[in-house]
Amino acid sequence: MPKRTDLKSVLVLGSGPIQIGQACEFDYSGTQALKALREEGIRTILLNSNPASIMTDPGRADATYIEPLTLSVLEKVIEAEKPDAILPTVGGQTALNLAMEAFESGLLERTGVMLIGAQPEAINRGEDRQLFKALMDDLGLETCRGGFAHNMAEARDLLKLTGFPAIIRPSFTLGGSGGGIAYNVDEFETIVARGLDLSPTKQVLIEESILGWKEFELEVVRDLDDNVEVICSIENLDPMGVHTGDSITVAPALTLTDPEYQRMRDAALAVIRAVGVETGGSNIQFALDPETSRIIVIEMNPRVSRSSALASKATGFPIAWVATKLALGYRLWELPNAITRMTKAAFEPVLDYVVVKIPRFTFEKFPQAEKVLGTQMKSVGEVMSLGRSFQEALQKAIRSLEEGHKGISGALEGKLDLGRLKEHLLIPGPQRIFWVYHALKAGHSVEELHRLTKITPWFLREIEEIVVLEGRLRSFPVDRLPVELLEKAKRAGFADDQIAVFCSGTEAEVAVRRETLGLRPAYKRVDTCSGEFKAETPYLYGTWEDHSEAEPTDRPKAIVLGSGPNRIGQGVEFDCCCVQAVEAIRASGVEAILVNCNPETVSTDFDTSDRLYFEPLTFEHVKAVVDREAAGGKLLGVFAQFGGQTPLKLASPLDAAGVKLLGTPLDTILDAEDRERFGRALKRLDIPAPAWGMATSFEQAKDIAQRLNYPVMVRPSFVLGGRAMAVVFDDKGLEKYMREAVAVSNDQPVLLDRFLDGAQELDIDVVCDGEDVAIAGLLAHIEEAGIHSGDSYAVIPALGVPEDILETVKGYARKLALDLGVKGLMNLQFAVKDGVAYCLEANPRASRTVPFVSKATGVDWAGVAARIGLGQSLKQQGITDGVPRAVSVKGVVFPFAKFPGVDPVLGPEMKSTGEVMGIGEGFGEAYAKALLAAGIPLPLSGTVFLTVNDRDKARLPELAHKLVALGFGLCATEGTARTLESVGLKVRKIFKVNEGRPNAVDLLKNGEVQWVINTPLGRDAFFDESAIRREALRLKIPCLTNLSAALAACEAVETLRGEMKVRAIQTLA
Amino acid sequence: MRAHLILKDGTIFRGRAPLGFGGGGEAVFTTAMAGYQEILTDPSFAGQMVCMTFPEQGIYGIHADLNEGTRPWATGLLCRRLTFSPDHTRSEGDLAGWLKRHHIPVMTDLDTRALTQHLRDQGSQPSLIWTELDGSLEAGVAKAKALPDMTGQALCAEVSCQERYDLNPGGGFRVAVLDGGIKLSILNQLVAVGLHLEVFPWDAPATELADKRFHGLFLSNGPGDPAALPGMQKEVEACIGKLPIFGICLGHQLLGQAFGGRTFKLKFGHRGANQPVHDLTTGRIEITAQNHGFAVDEASLPREIEVTHKHLSDGTVEGLRHTKLPIFSLQHHPEASPGPHDAHPAFQRFVHLLESNQR
Repeated sequence: MPKRTDLKSVLVLGSGPIQIGQACEFDYSGTQALKALREEGIRTILLNSNPASIMTDPGRADATYIEPLTLSVLEKVIEAEKPDAILPTVGGQTALNLAMEAFESGLLERTGVMLIGAQPEAINRGEDRQLFKALMDDLGLETCRGGFAHNMAEARDLLKLTGFPAIIRPSFTLGGSGGGIAYNVDEFETIVARGLDLSPTKQVLIEESILGWKEFELEVVRDLDDNVEVICSIENLDPMGVHTGDSITVAPALTLTDPEYQRMRDAALAVIRAVGVETGGSNIQFALDPETSRIIVIEMNPRVSRSSALASKATGFPIAWVATKLALGYRLWELPNAITRMTKAAFEPVLDYVVVKIPRFTFEKFPQAEKVLGTQMKSVGEVMSLGRSFQEALQKAIRSLEEGHKGISGALEGKLDLGRLKEHLLIPGPQRIFWVYHALKAGHSVEELHRLTKITPWFLREIEEIVVLEGRLRSFPVDRLPVELLEKAKRAGFADDQIAVFCSGTEAEVAVRRETLGLRPAYKRVDTCSGEFKAETPYLYGTWEDHSEAEPTDRPKAIVLGSGPNRIGQGVEFDCCCVQAVEAIRASGVEAILVNCNPETVSTDFDTSDRLYFEPLTFEHVKAVVDREAAGGKLLGVFAQFGGQTPLKLASPLDAAGVKLLGTPLDTILDAEDRERFGRALKRLDIPAPAWGMATSFEQAKDIAQRLNYPVMVRPSFVLGGRAMAVVFDDKGLEKYMREAVAVSNDQPVLLDRFLDGAQELDIDVVCDGEDVAIAGLLAHIEEAGIHSGDSYAVIPALGVPEDILETVKGYARKLALDLGVKGLMNLQFAVKDGVAYCLEANPRASRTVPFVSKATGVDWAGVAARIGLGQSLKQQGITDGVPRAVSVKGVVFPFAKFPGVDPVLGPEMKSTGEVMGIGEGFGEAYAKALLAAGIPLPLSGTVFLTVNDRDKARLPELAHKLVALGFGLCATEGTARTLESVGLKVRKIFKVNEGRPNAVDLLKNGEVQWVINTPLGRDAFFDESAIRREALRLKIPCLTNLSAALAACEAVETLRGEMKVRAIQTLA
Repeated sequence: MRAHLILKDGTIFRGRAPLGFGGGGEAVFTTAMAGYQEILTDPSFAGQMVCMTFPEQGIYGIHADLNEGTRPWATGLLCRRLTFSPDHTRSEGDLAGWLKRHHIPVMTDLDTRALTQHLRDQGSQPSLIWTELDGSLEAGVAKAKALPDMTGQALCAEVSCQERYDLNPGGGFRVAVLDGGIKLSILNQLVAVGLHLEVFPWDAPATELADKRFHGLFLSNGPGDPAALPGMQKEVEACIGKLPIFGICLGHQLLGQAFGGRTFKLKFGHRGANQPVHDLTTGRIEITAQNHGFAVDEASLPREIEVTHKHLSDGTVEGLRHTKLPIFSLQHHPEASPGPHDAHPAFQRFVHLLESNQR
């Protein structure tokens, strides 16, 4: 059966902004889906609000709607494009939910648009807990015993089913708070009573405890002929109890016998058939009791998932591409295996390597959050590594995290309080693997560790072997390291710089010793078939073997270094830049070679680049790839400017090792990154900058701060995402900061800048070829200075900023780019106060805003920069300043809901995980769409609760008048109310939380407030304020913490009341 | 102990022999990621040293219920890494210790991927695990060159049962089983579908196999070259037309020959648990377990033989059926072990065949 012929156009739903639990894996799957559709000559329409993604680049779909993922927008897109079908299974839960909404509202029926990939009934059976459970019962498969209770009597009935310990989870509480584990009747009744009280629906889920069981996932695909195959099995190193997204996982499943695995496979096949997922991929999770081998079905996702992305990268089997082809009616046996190109997609991939995935956390961004892992996912990114042993893959993955660890061995040496070992082993946290290592090193037995952690002993023993190896390495100086030991160590994943620490030498000395002994990395191909067939696709990983499969070609080539794991401050935007660069390089006739370790990305798709090295982005691994590729053809050099700060950090050591950097040279990078050198450049070019100083002690800092005049902005040098950046208003604040910051900056000096209170910030991206400079985009922040640029809403063109200022800023940018010698992209930030534009900082690389600017101007700026690196000037490329094609607003989303207890307030430290884009004819429309896309639907009527700090009181009346003119009622706390009354406005006064009742939180709970505008008083936020913001967050009531944003929102409300238009970016002029 | 794997074509791979002794056999690779115990005890692997392409071996130890034969029949294990302290609640010992007790050599620290690719490109071939104690490499190379090829080797006598025996006497249909080296799971599956089995040694004559008391005949898997078993082939031929027959693997090849077809040696065979088989009668795909180095040549088959299954990757014959007589056979292993259960219904198909033959 070939593909169906009735589909001429398909609408693909994207997943929106990057959030915890839904990250750039859906950029990868959406991009593959679009590719699969276009290969069939199908007209593709894409709806996704995320401008940082590759899939929203204009060339990826025929019509790209960067619009909010809401039902009304979907309706308008369907009206405009009249697609034959919607593909809802490659855009995560967001896309699936929107498709279900469209089905339930009757939109699909009304417009005659069908869903392909999965039907609503199947989606329901997979997603509805009770339906799913009943289905599993019918199949004779076990699920977790338990159910929902609405009162104590029902709870007691369920207890008979679950026994002790019982897990109690209140429904719909923030971050699952209020739940617990009960080991006896007293505890049970206490927790249930509390849970029933906390749950807004007065419902608690009571289940048997399967904590400590082994956890597995199977990735399954099915076609219309009911051919089903398992693409990959994944085993969690962290047993049940930790969200699979937060667990260290391995592929394939390692510790199961074949009968155990086949039982799980049989169950997975039965589940996908019974749920009725017609075509495409699904993910099914299992728990296995190691004592009894009892298997329980945990859940299934009737769509492509995060694990599918991991499974695709782990095996080389492109699940999203195949799933899309299957949705079009192809059968598995009709599709080629894209890696071997000679066999078919109907088979089950086999691995001849071990894959380890480790999540990347950012608890340091949310110091108030408990560093405990549970059923709520908290990680923001992940790394994957491949090795010929678990040990090797584990250590490579730990290095890939870029958290300063050279491997498991030696990580956090001397930094863990071993007195608290037991607690850290018992309660899973983001660093448990290191506690395990140090516990083994301290002589605790595998059995003891297994008792505490429930981690399968095999993993613990393998880690114990690494401990032993570390001990043996320590007994040799570098130049006496025996070849057998060194080879064993390399095969166990030890890095040169890690060995150097143990053997009191340098990384370079270990490398020399290694080379002398003839130990060099070999590269093996990921081929889906363990070598059974010849692989045509060069998807490679490094290991320590005798035979290498990375024969370099004889072509001219360039290496692009990727951006590593997603984290706050460095996310999908940089992957987007890397992919744009790779495509430009390929189109220029040069072989593009990519190095990266993030399994969620488009860049690590095996056919994005000509050759993909899935390796950690450290000097040793990158240098080895360079050496390998330099062995044939002409290696032009390495691009370090597209992957954010990760490759930029490697620029220095690579340059020192004689590797040619393409584009901006190292000297320019240092000129821009080194504060002293950059300060001199600004002075030379007569560009104003805020007064600043650098201090290594509190006393010194205090002197500088007093000289600069408070407020001052403080930060450690060399930071990304505003890590540990803060505005301090007095000596006391400074002292507190210095105490905390020195710990995070390794005694590197602290920078103090005069903080331009209330200034307008501008973000500018430029491309320079050494002769000419093109302004890619100039963005105006909507919030005033003090909020990290990554957390700010921003608009292009820079509306509201006087033309002469914009021209001045552009002039500064041109001068700087030429003077510093930039060859490629540079991002600059300015603050405008009292008519003067001050240069705040320069980043000699692609910035977070480049993809957004690309979409707003229709130019692939990272591609332009890559071509410059290959020697094509701007003139040759025909590139001049970017012209915004409409008004575009960048919006952001925050992960506060995942971190109960964290005050959702913004500052100079970046906290957002992802961005959205609103495009409109005017500012109001664009801003309204950006807010909507970020999940903040502004109310069109009702009451606004206002409470602002003293600094904002001056601008308060302007806002209040606008709100009243829009028909909103006002309520406020004492101080704010007085200001409003003084200008003659009517306002309802309400109590602060600690003043009496009814207070602000009561009003929120009672639905009497539709909008909160609350500007905080500083770092020591009152309990009162944070309680209000948290409650607003829980009830999904928009809460703006910034007056400028609130003023802008008034304009947006006006737009929302009118008719909102949608437009494909391809139609923008 | 350091060791080398020396192939007949002179290629050498370095590694270690942790048990301290070497050995020899035809080097073949399997891509099955789990199931080392089932593979090593599978009588079809007699005379072969198995290279496991998955690099971590021995993780869950040795289990009482995972044997496919009375002992390990493979003559060596070739792998990258071996776990010496296994981890499983029902494990009864470690893989290395078990192999040592049976004096089966092991080679670890091998670049198994390079070896696999070599066997893929140059073909499966005889080889030696040559330890430091065995002498110079030159001596090893010379010895390897002199090793006999698998083609022409008859190995059933080694692995078959010696005496006829009964299984599941309370079962329904009575089926004669010709044991060319049968896997225990095949016996278990035949019993599971309710058959009463009488298992005969490999050299049993047609007169016994096609005795009136039997409702059907089952031809088992087994090691070696099917073309080197003219005696078995003759007896099988004599049974055709007398009763319903089901053959698996070697049994399938013997049937192919008995029909007048020819078998040939595949370059590197099909060994693994992920092999896609196209069922031409339904159009669907089954993911199967396979272990064979020889195949039936489709072009050599007479017209009354229908090819029902083909391997999706290379189009070789995976299943046959007689268009007139109640006979069918499969090249792959429906009993799996190790491997997926997609082809399990084949045993029920045999029962249906027996049933319809009664009517």
